[in-house]
Amino acid sequence: MAKLIIDAETCTGCEACVSSCPFGALSMKDKVAVVDEKCTFCGACVDVCPVSAITLEKDERAVTVDTSAYKNVWVYVEHERGKVANVSFELLGQGRILADAVGCQLCGMLLCDSGDTDGFAKEAIAYGAEKVYVMESPLLKQYRTDPFSGGAVALIRKHQPEIVLFGATTQGRDFAGCVATTLGAGLTADCTGLDIDPESKLLRQTRPAFGGNIMATILDYPQYKPQMSTVRPKVFPMPARSEGKKGEVIKESLPMTEEQVRTKIVDFIKGAEGVNLIDAEVIVSGGRGLGSGDNFKVLRELANVLKAALGASRAAVDAGWIPYEHQVGQTGRTVRPKIYFACGISGSIQHMAGMKTSDIIVAINKDPEAPIFKIATYGIVGDLFAVVPALIQEFKKRLGR
Amino acid sequence: MKIVVCIKQVPETTEVKINPQTNTLMREGVASITNPFDEFALEESLLTKEKHGGEIHVITMGPPQAIDILKNAAAVGADKVYLLSDRAFAGADTLATAYTLAKAIEKIGDVDLIICGKQAIDGDTAQVGPGIATRLGIPQLTYVAKVREIDPAKKKIVVERMLENGREVVECSLPAVITVVKDINQPRLPSLLGIKRAAKAQIPTWTAKDVGVDEDRAGLKGSPTWVSKIFSPETRGGGEILKGEITEVVPLLVDKLMDLKFIK
Repeated sequence: MAKLIIDAETCTGCEACVSSCPFGALSMKDKVAVVDEKCTFCGACVDVCPVSAITLEKDERAVTVDTSAYKNVWVYVEHERGKVANVSFELLGQGRILADAVGCQLCGMLLCDSGDTDGFAKEAIAYGAEKVYVMESPLLKQYRTDPFSGGAVALIRKHQPEIVLFGATTQGRDFAGCVATTLGAGLTADCTGLDIDPESKLLRQTRPAFGGNIMATILDYPQYKPQMSTVRPKVFPMPARSEGKKGEVIKESLPMTEEQVRTKIVDFIKGAEGVNLIDAEVIVSGGRGLGSGDNFKVLRELANVLKAALGASRAAVDAGWIPYEHQVGQTGRTVRPKIYFACGISGSIQHMAGMKTSDIIVAINKDPEAPIFKIATYGIVGDLFAVVPALIQEFKKRLGR
Repeated sequence: MKIVVCIKQVPETTEVKINPQTNTLMREGVASITNPFDEFALEESLLTKEKHGGEIHVITMGPPQAIDILKNAAAVGADKVYLLSDRAFAGADTLATAYTLAKAIEKIGDVDLIICGKQAIDGDTAQVGPGIATRLGIPQLTYVAKVREIDPAKKKIVVERMLENGREVVECSLPAVITVVKDINQPRLPSLLGIKRAAKAQIPTWTAKDVGVDEDRAGLKGSPTWVSKIFSPETRGGGEILKGEITEVVPLLVDKLMDLKFIK
């Protein structure tokens, strides 16, 4: 078993480690640091101890595999309703940087109906894939967990990529966990940064934790391959598209029958206009300051003029003014638009955890002390029922709508 | 119906911060709570039991003080609660956690439905639910916003899954794992009687040996990933407050936003 060892002789009792522990596992006893059973062996204290009194003793790894056969960076090419998801292109862009740093090829992993292969593969190649590994089956026309995880596992086992990246969409996060579990591989969720360690050539995966209050960089032990991550949409820029590029397409077919798929899609209920917060470039969001569900119509109008999605704080959702699908924040969705309008939202920590990485934040609030102004790019202190209609008029004028 | 609910004790994460001067964590006075999404999972198990009968088993993996959230679960009506606690479990990533929880669920045995929260608010991974389903070899339904129908006799469940652009209605065989979002229900508060009963409840602690966990596959030792560094996110300074009459500040703001060329 792993052990955290504190050398009582060396420890100066400075308490730096106590406050560094994310889990509250360290305390002082007789002026020396002691560790309790809450320790998760994360090593945060080891790094902060000024006198190097703390060491982390890890066990020999149980898994020993030949990892030299694992090569290349793969990006899962996600598709829905006949279109490749933008996040897949963003990942091909970043995948290029990673592949160059490792010194290997960049490949797409495509799971689809044979009729869709050519179109989707061409897109992946135009955005930088040198090869596309395709698993074909009529069962892969529309996303379901069983055929998609089965297809991905088969391709990965056969062709052994070193790194596999998925978009952290509902689809990617639904089946990447199954794939990693079946393969016994590491999987790091919802990454916002990816790079290659120059010495070990391992993938460094950076992600927010504790509601975005801390960032953690996660690595896989070298015995585990592939290294897998799901990556938040809109973190990496869209790469340039180059027409007419050539790439190799390697096809396999999925040996699975409909009877083996344990779920059946009965229906799809399309969300209201402006509900897709994840793909939106602009979001107009309202909170407690709206005062009623009816009053959301002024925000809906602004959203329409800007072709934006409509968001809401938890307070507005819990009051029943707007459906949960629109909720931004810790218990709703995490969004990252180019522009986020926070109207009548004071800015609770939980709300800000879901939107504070937006490029531009515009806050409109009556209360000059509202915490939202502390993170806003532009703020207007005033009544949203006067400011928002004026914004609608002004945008209409500029946009000619 | 035999239902297992997996819950996790988490710090009230929004209060955990890094001291920008010393680059160390400040977590003094941070309370421990039941992961909010797990409250919805627990409530869904209670609603299911009210409709179809059966029993609710609640498990959590964590240090000894995680027993507090099991007491809360017992107070609202869980029939049996178990604490999975062993030094061999410490430092587990999602792969090792899902393995350990799956072993405990196998020990409980003959389970029809496993309910988890969508994700925990400390790690936000959403990987443990799918991990459990895969380990147990049963189907999963993630992001469930509504359970439309459960047919215990036909071993069938129909749910609505909340996707980016709408809701997908899916039918699936039981046993299955479902992970739930906030919209699914309104968690109840414990009654006074429930709290009294829970205070007296015997809560067994299961160790690695008790659930037949291979220690090489649990905890830090069974985890492919490790945290190499933690640091403070770039802080976002307050920007510019536009001052003046609406007739002045609104055109000024629109100028600035139009210049970005994101609004088309």
